[in-house]
Amino acid sequence: MPKVPGLVKGLGVTMGTLFRTVKNGADTVQYPHAKEAPPVRARGVIALREDNCTACMLCARSCPDWCIYIEGHKQLAPPRRAGGKPRKVNHLDRFDIDYALCMYCGICVEVCPFDALFWSPEYEYSEPRIADLLHDKDKLGEWMETVPEAPELEAGAEKKK
Amino acid sequence: MTMLSERQQMSYIAAQAADARLNVELETEGMTLNIGPQHPATHGTLRIIARLDGEQVVWAEPSAGYMHRGYEKLTEVRTFPQVTALINRIDWLGSFANEVPFILAAEQLMNIEAPPRAQHIRTILFELSRIANVSLFLGDLGVQMGAVTPVFMAFRDREYVLNLIEGATGGRFHPNFDRIGGLKDDLPKGWLDETRQVMKKLRNFCDEIEDLLFGNEIFQSRTRGIGVIPADVARQYGLSGANLRASGVDWDLRRDQSLPLAYDKVDFRVWTHPDGDSWARCWIRLQEVREATKIVDQLIETLPPGPVMTKVPRIIKVPEGEAWVSTENPLGEMGYYVVSKGDLGPFRVKIRSASFNNISITPWVLKGVYVPDIITILASLYFILGDIDR
Amino acid sequence: MMSIALEIPYWGQSLLRVLGGIGAVLLPAGTIVYLFLFKMMSFMQSRLGPMEAGPFGSMQLLAEVGKWLQKEDIIPENADAKIYKLAPVIVLVSTFLLVVVVPFGPDALFTNFSAGVFYALAIGSVSVIGILVAGWSSANKYSLLGGLRAAGQLIAYELPMVLAVVGVVIQAGSMNLQQIVVAQNSGSIFGWDGVGFPFVLTQFVGFLIFMIAVQAELTQVPFDMPIAESELVSGYMTEYSGFRFLIFFIGEFATAGVFAFIASVLFLGGWGIPFSWFGWESLDAVDGWMNIVGPVIMLTKMLVLTGIIMWVRFSYPRFREDQLQRFAWKVLIPLSLANIAVTAILKVAI
Repeated sequence: MPKVPGLVKGLGVTMGTLFRTVKNGADTVQYPHAKEAPPVRARGVIALREDNCTACMLCARSCPDWCIYIEGHKQLAPPRRAGGKPRKVNHLDRFDIDYALCMYCGICVEVCPFDALFWSPEYEYSEPRIADLLHDKDKLGEWMETVPEAPELEAGAEKKK
Repeated sequence: MTMLSERQQMSYIAAQAADARLNVELETEGMTLNIGPQHPATHGTLRIIARLDGEQVVWAEPSAGYMHRGYEKLTEVRTFPQVTALINRIDWLGSFANEVPFILAAEQLMNIEAPPRAQHIRTILFELSRIANVSLFLGDLGVQMGAVTPVFMAFRDREYVLNLIEGATGGRFHPNFDRIGGLKDDLPKGWLDETRQVMKKLRNFCDEIEDLLFGNEIFQSRTRGIGVIPADVARQYGLSGANLRASGVDWDLRRDQSLPLAYDKVDFRVWTHPDGDSWARCWIRLQEVREATKIVDQLIETLPPGPVMTKVPRIIKVPEGEAWVSTENPLGEMGYYVVSKGDLGPFRVKIRSASFNNISITPWVLKGVYVPDIITILASLYFILGDIDR
Repeated sequence: MMSIALEIPYWGQSLLRVLGGIGAVLLPAGTIVYLFLFKMMSFMQSRLGPMEAGPFGSMQLLAEVGKWLQKEDIIPENADAKIYKLAPVIVLVSTFLLVVVVPFGPDALFTNFSAGVFYALAIGSVSVIGILVAGWSSANKYSLLGGLRAAGQLIAYELPMVLAVVGVVIQAGSMNLQQIVVAQNSGSIFGWDGVGFPFVLTQFVGFLIFMIAVQAELTQVPFDMPIAESELVSGYMTEYSGFRFLIFFIGEFATAGVFAFIASVLFLGGWGIPFSWFGWESLDAVDGWMNIVGPVIMLTKMLVLTGIIMWVRFSYPRFREDQLQRFAWKVLIPLSLANIAVTAILKVAI
């Protein structure tokens, strides 16, 4: 068989792609009308379960670019058992993450000893002004609803204790 | 010789003088062309100062540093887990590959080794990031030479690989998945099947690019015999990776050194090309994408069961010592020289990135070429600005 | 034949001609941009292209024009402002001058020039001046390189283009484009006149050379070194912005359309349908409704030809400047000379 010149072959590739696009549709997604579902593990935004947070500051200290702001105070809570002493607990006053600084490394989620921080694949939270990307604990708490269950693991994986 | 009359002599002198004047007027002046820092061909902020005579380069010099982010210095004030998040951003197209040598160096210092399953997954992700990186190179190559279509095909098919990386690690570009002693997590269910499908697509993409671009006679005439780097010059300038192999030097760190990665368990070929021209560099990379898909396929089949993390303390302190580990990254040899003083973070890290050495050959290779060839040679040398400037 | 034209007063004819000229330049340009640049290119890259403005993004071009008109008209400090402003106009005007000789129907023509081919090829190279001037006056090294490349390239490809057309002129025995159309449609192949006698059959080599030269004249890939966005940023257009860039942009695609018109007149039978279908004997016998159908036929042929031009553009990488010159002088010109010689010998012999 004689060799097909590369110039002709190249034309064939582009024309083939054209017909494939006409037949099967494009490989792109028409964003505002159709949306891709990000993977379960996607690091979209950090959600906060406020009840679990003890304002221990581990996340704020381990953040590479210091974008977590935590303020808290100690207060007395009613005793667990009747007749006991009132407990001293840390109360969280402020938990802000500046998403303009965040580099989505996930270290804060990992170091949290009380399971208060979670990754959510939610990604549509852009703001026209950069200062508006500083989100407080109420907003971070709203994202808790979008946090998915951890996925099942591939065969052969060892369960985490 | 016949005698000239005085009049003839005078006219001869006058003509000579006129010629001389004309020559002075016609003397061409060189032009200094700044290619970059902002220029479509430098994909980033590399600046090439080229002294031109017409369209021919008399002298050229790369000027790097417009995007210097000081990673070596930054690592001194970061803890070990934070450093991996940072060094993701060195070669931003194959970011997982940046983490591996650093983590291996830290593990060497701590005298631990990741479990076999973690080593396997590391190698899979390493090769996936190589595919993501080099497949974009194959598309970008077309754009540098005026063909607009290949780059869209590259973006289309790289997307599948990025989805895989995101599915496993959570990050498309900056996985930050490697931990000292293993990996952050195991693979999610169904990931391996998906990877098999994607590898098929990628091989198909390689065929398409070969038909569309590499088979094209215009492309061949633009790259064959252009920017030839002989093997000894390549070695002298410290080239590595595909650029070195294209000059005929059979050198691949995946095969030539034994690291706790799974490369010794797979069967793959290291491609070399004797020519050392732009074509050879591009062709080697195309073959490497194919080879990488085969490596991934083999590793998927032989993935051993077990944990992905050894026992490490929750707060990692690396014992005192020094370690040098380098791996064969998508762009070439990338290595970290880690000095630890027993603290939470490294005392000093020296990063050897491939692109910095690869572009250092530009003054040598660009001498005497035409302006359009500057672009093809730079494209075929394949650098990433983050990898040059760090 | 002149039944329609006679009923319209002279000022009306002039108005029609001006409107027709604008239509014949802008309509193809818009169609090419939407159909090929937006849609065909996108589909070849497995994406959809503009979809938001209008149905299937058909109003996208209007949106783009609106955007360009709003933009600031930046003139570099060191630029030769007067010439800099003039350059895009020269390019566009040469396109308008070019469309003047193209016949769209038996009467639907702007001017019946007896040396039409000669005029078209001469005017076609006026745009070089605009491009060279743009490159020089921008006070930008990239623009200068682009302008000089353009000058070298357009002059080199002017020659094979002219030589390729000579074969057609010899065969038609006329330099009038209308006569060339008639010659093709009233001709016959070995006595069979079912499809007329389009010159692409005998002048196939000439047609190929002409199309390659057109590709180079239009500075489309693989001959786009004057623009070469990856090496010369955008060549002679680097410094232009706003509506001046828009004029260059329209000029590029309008010229593509007009050259495709000329190619279809010269090689594909132009506006005509084989005269034997309706038993027309000569040009005078052609029915008046061809003035409406003719332009449609021309538009179809133009779209096919520009489609091929764009298809090549989206598939190929570009040559280097010296390779392009070598290709022109060592391949195309000898080939077209040989084509002329063979055509002339056969013309005399048969």
